[in-house]
Amino acid sequence: MAAIAEAAKFAVGERVRVRRSDPPGHLRTPWYCRGHVGTIERICGAFANPEELAYNRSGLPAQPLYRVRFRSVDLWQDYRGNAADVVEIEIFQHWLEPA
Amino acid sequence: MGGLPAGHCERDEHDYELWEKRVDALMMLLSAKDRDLLKVDELRRNIEDLGARAYDAMGYYERWMHAITQTLIQRGVLTIDEIGRKLAEIEAKSDGGDR
Repeated sequence: MAAIAEAAKFAVGERVRVRRSDPPGHLRTPWYCRGHVGTIERICGAFANPEELAYNRSGLPAQPLYRVRFRSVDLWQDYRGNAADVVEIEIFQHWLEPA
Repeated sequence: MGGLPAGHCERDEHDYELWEKRVDALMMLLSAKDRDLLKVDELRRNIEDLGARAYDAMGYYERWMHAITQTLIQRGVLTIDEIGRKLAEIEAKSDGGDR
């Protein structure tokens, strides 16, 4: 975990929306979850931002990383599996906003 | 990739060729903390920058080799002329069959 870290804005159980954004570069936020609402399942720690590391920059201050839980039926309108199925995705704080 | 349709997935372990092991070793040596000549995030960005057509046409370690080369150019570790001359030297020595 990096020494200089941004403070965590979200708590476990809080609902968050993934920002709809498509800048160039190396993005670790999957396309299919952008714009969707999920729930904070856990805070994984804080890590240097990989979008900046990808260009050999420091990525500091470290960004809190959350595991966010989405309902599969929310991500895919045509989802035919169990309605209780969920997908958990690790997403950096700067991609999240309150829902 | 990214939830797109894909072909058959080979699930059996297979042997690696010598050149593939060398690419793996090169990646480990370059990314070692005390050298820091390449970050895994840079490797991933350069693989993504291949574009879909080249990504599909290349094998796993071919993508790594391409991305390692790109990173070393971007970092100023190797010049393009150095790479060109070395490649020509190797091609001249090679009988075309041995990698």
